[in-house]
Amino acid sequence: MTNSPFSEGIVAGRLATADLADNFADLHPRLDDHEALVAADRCYFCHDAPCMDACPTDIDIPLFIRQISTGTPEAAATTIFSQNILGGMCARVCPTETLCEEVCVREAAEGKPVEIGRLQRYATDVLMERGVHPFVRAPETGKKIAVVGAGPAGLSCAHRLAMSGHDVTVFDGKAKAGGLNEFGIASYKSVDGFAAREVDWLLQIGGITIETGKTLGNDVTLDGLRAEYDAVFLGVGLGGVNAMGVDGEDKDGVLDAVDFISDLRQASDLSDVAIGRDVVVIGGGMTAVDAAVQAKLLGALNVSLVYRRGTERMNASVFEQNLATSKGVRIITNASPKAMIGNGAVREIEFEYTDNDLKPTGQTVRLAADQVFKAIGQSLDGNDLPDLEGGKIAVDDTGRTSIGGVWAGGDCATGGDDLTVTAVAEGRDAAEDIHATLSA
Amino acid sequence: MADLTSDFIGIKSPNPFWLASAPPTDKEYNVRRAFEAGWGGVVWKTLGEEGPPVVNVNGPRYGAIHGADRRLLGLNNIELITDRPLEVNLEEMTRVKRDYPDHAVIASVMVPCEEDAWKKILPMIAETGCDGFELNFGCPHGMAERGMGSAVGQVPEYIEMVARWCKEATDLPVIVKLTPNITNVLYPAEAALRGGADAVSLINTINSITSVNLDAMSPEPMIDGKGTHGGYCGPAVKPIAMNMVAEIARNPETAKLPISGIGGITTWRDAAEFMALGAGNVQVCTAVMTYGFKIVQEMITGLSQWMDEKGYESTADFVGMATPNVTDWQYLNLNHITKAVINEDDCIKCGRCYAACEDTSHQAIEMSEDRVFTVKDDECVACNLCVNVCPVEGCITMRTLEPGELDERTGQPVSADYGNWTAHPNNPSAQAAE
Ligand SMILES: Cc1cc2nc3c(=O)[nH]c(=O)nc-3n(C[C@H](O)[C@H](O)[C@H](O)COP(=O)(O)OP(=O)(O)OC[C@H]3O[C@@H](n4cnc5c(N)ncnc54)[C@H](O)[C@@H]3O)c2cc1C
Ligand SMILES: Cc1cc2nc3c(=O)[nH]c(=O)nc-3n(C[C@H](O)[C@H](O)[C@H](O)COP(=O)(O)O)c2cc1C
Ligand code: SF4
Ligand code: SF4
Ligand code: SF4
Repeated sequence: MTNSPFSEGIVAGRLATADLADNFADLHPRLDDHEALVAADRCYFCHDAPCMDACPTDIDIPLFIRQISTGTPEAAATTIFSQNILGGMCARVCPTETLCEEVCVREAAEGKPVEIGRLQRYATDVLMERGVHPFVRAPETGKKIAVVGAGPAGLSCAHRLAMSGHDVTVFDGKAKAGGLNEFGIASYKSVDGFAAREVDWLLQIGGITIETGKTLGNDVTLDGLRAEYDAVFLGVGLGGVNAMGVDGEDKDGVLDAVDFISDLRQASDLSDVAIGRDVVVIGGGMTAVDAAVQAKLLGALNVSLVYRRGTERMNASVFEQNLATSKGVRIITNASPKAMIGNGAVREIEFEYTDNDLKPTGQTVRLAADQVFKAIGQSLDGNDLPDLEGGKIAVDDTGRTSIGGVWAGGDCATGGDDLTVTAVAEGRDAAEDIHATLSA
Repeated sequence: MADLTSDFIGIKSPNPFWLASAPPTDKEYNVRRAFEAGWGGVVWKTLGEEGPPVVNVNGPRYGAIHGADRRLLGLNNIELITDRPLEVNLEEMTRVKRDYPDHAVIASVMVPCEEDAWKKILPMIAETGCDGFELNFGCPHGMAERGMGSAVGQVPEYIEMVARWCKEATDLPVIVKLTPNITNVLYPAEAALRGGADAVSLINTINSITSVNLDAMSPEPMIDGKGTHGGYCGPAVKPIAMNMVAEIARNPETAKLPISGIGGITTWRDAAEFMALGAGNVQVCTAVMTYGFKIVQEMITGLSQWMDEKGYESTADFVGMATPNVTDWQYLNLNHITKAVINEDDCIKCGRCYAACEDTSHQAIEMSEDRVFTVKDDECVACNLCVNVCPVEGCITMRTLEPGELDERTGQPVSADYGNWTAHPNNPSAQAAE
């Protein structure tokens, strides 16, 4: 190891391999059998359970927990997968503290919810590790459906359609399927290549062909797909990144956080990933937190996450904020970037303090920065698309777009939060509507 | 501070907590440690005849029922009486009694149903200095197949006969330990009394199969692919034992017969409940097998605190105080009307009360869109099910309606008078009120 956290500039190998391995280990390791039984015991099997309502995919939580507690985690997993085929990933990445666990009655009772996410992880891992795929396809219908985007929305839609007997072709511009599961989610939430394994497991249903390296707008067109397929589902996510519009944004060392994360996720050896000594992340959402935390875990000496309003306005949950501070990230609030300063490469950033309504105070402050990650939001990319609303593809409750025979869901479409679980729900529901439409 | 010292049929002990005859009392090593930990007395693990002792199985002896968090709620065993030679047990008892003269040491005995056998062994055992005998007519497995234990305890005539032999053979107090595996506990209790027993102790364990191994298709505990019914004990049997204690205590024939209460006693409160129903002292087995001897410290401090709070100076002050309030269904006051009340502040909105009442009771709980649960007084029959299924203790309570208040379910005002089934108009054999 030639470098250390003190090495100047953007360099790789700041930490020893063993430390990197520790830092990027599973954030919440899977519960063992005993822990799972103890955790499952706490569920009250509520009537019309509030946790179910809070789950965007409506998983029957009391039922699957009861199945765990009676020693049938495989049945529990089937309960989960029947609503959410990416229940394994969701168990790892869902912000449960703002979804199911937030409303668990034991949160009300003792301030300590049933660990729904970790129980879900336990059950789904048990079944997936056996290589069992619990569903079979209905007899083939002869209908062909094109799905664009192999992220959570597209995969969930494809699986549900295949299960109903349709033939599905999934097109994705990237070289690998998985969407942000593969390229975006923080490493410590999805270790050991889980995203790729999950895709392989999901494809066991049969009837799904994935065509990577095929971009809508370049390699295929919407009209072409409409002509060739009985229906089209768009789950293209938010490929673009918002520009900051700040002086010096083009200096060396200023990057999009999603690109950094994507490179990190794809790195075969973490000691090859270069990181600055003084890293500044601009933004207040999950992407900002993930970039900041992972920069710190790679060995950056100082990592500051700078958000333009107060913590209460941050999109990242309190849990995520606490995770960041516990890993040594400094959260600075009410500071808007003004200028990136440096000769060729960034050296400092100037911020101006702003109140929660972004009213400038005239007070400025500078932070040392040899690397800056922009995480101020993603946007929809592409032109060959149905009508938009507020920058996203306009859809109704069942995912129908302005163009007949074209459905959309996930981050690229209106409705719901930009979360993996929401994408899964929307993909599934669109599939049900496509199936109903094609069978009518 | 309350005086916990106990005098049970003349047998004195520092407190009313004895260890029941079972593995905890199987040897000197255990009993010494039990006394050091604070137990007031022991009933030594049941002694058998001289000669080669019985043998136990060499596979698992216990089966179990668990509650949440793997709390042991019920235990079942297929153990027999002591499998150590009589002489060894007697030597140990002698030493223990010598060193702990103020603690109670009772010898539990089970020999074949023959006069000689009983009359020979009791004097031998009395040499140890023990304070009394407990005749084990309870053991429901193994020994019963050999004509002992519950095979005797299920035949009142045998109980009477053996009790009489024993009283003839010794001046020490004789306690008859009853089996619950009978139709009516009064028959064996009355038989013991007729035979001259000084007291009864109950209950011994209940015939049971706790679980079935679904791979091997055999009851558990499984010995080489087979299982047998075992004796059930622990918290799960407490309600059954308490009813039997109460039945004996309130039966005019046996009301004066002293009772040593046994069955599922785990805390000071369990002990106080048995004693309130008429037990002069209590015996514990499963709770120490689960948690060790130390639990007696909680039993001592808990009982003392409660007695101080209530102003009871000695245990005799409250023994049997609840007995007069154990009555027959027909004498319960049908004019006593209550309604469930849900405290919204304590409610965590789990909806269990709703599911219970809606699916299985009287559709008397309303659930609003935002999960506020309220009782419909015009439907509530006051069954108490919601109270029992609610996970938050004290969240649902039963409110007693005042005389004159309207019962919205019946549309009738609440009567101030006591009125039971015997005089109810719907009762075909009701006596017309004079
Ligand atoms: C850094 C980061 C961290 C996150 N962490 C979490 C988290 O912890 N928990 C959580 O719930 N959510 C998290 N999210 C959000 C979550 O990842 C997304 O909401 C979810 O992935 C959306 O799924 P999707 O299928 O709509 O889109 P995506 O996952 O973005 O998938 C879209 C797919 O479409 C493909 N595509 C795009 N355009 C085209 C085209 N023109 N032609 C062909 N293919 C195309 C892409 O290559 C991609 O594979 C995070 C997001 C980011 C960026
Ligand atoms: C393993 C085991 C062995 C027992 N052996 C005897 C015995 O030898 N003699 C006896 O009178 N009762 C025996 N019993 C019954 C107990 O003394 C007691 O009556 C019964 O367990 C109920 O009390 P508990 O619920 O506190 O355990 C035994 C119980 C157990 C669990
Ligand atoms: S709210 Fe909590 S306790 Fe109730 S069913 Fe859901 S997980 Fe179980
Ligand atoms: S007491 Fe019985 S009838 Fe009344 S609300 Fe409760 S469960 Fe329903
Ligand atoms: S069972 Fe108790 S806590 Fe649950 S909803 Fe009913 S009153 Fe509330």
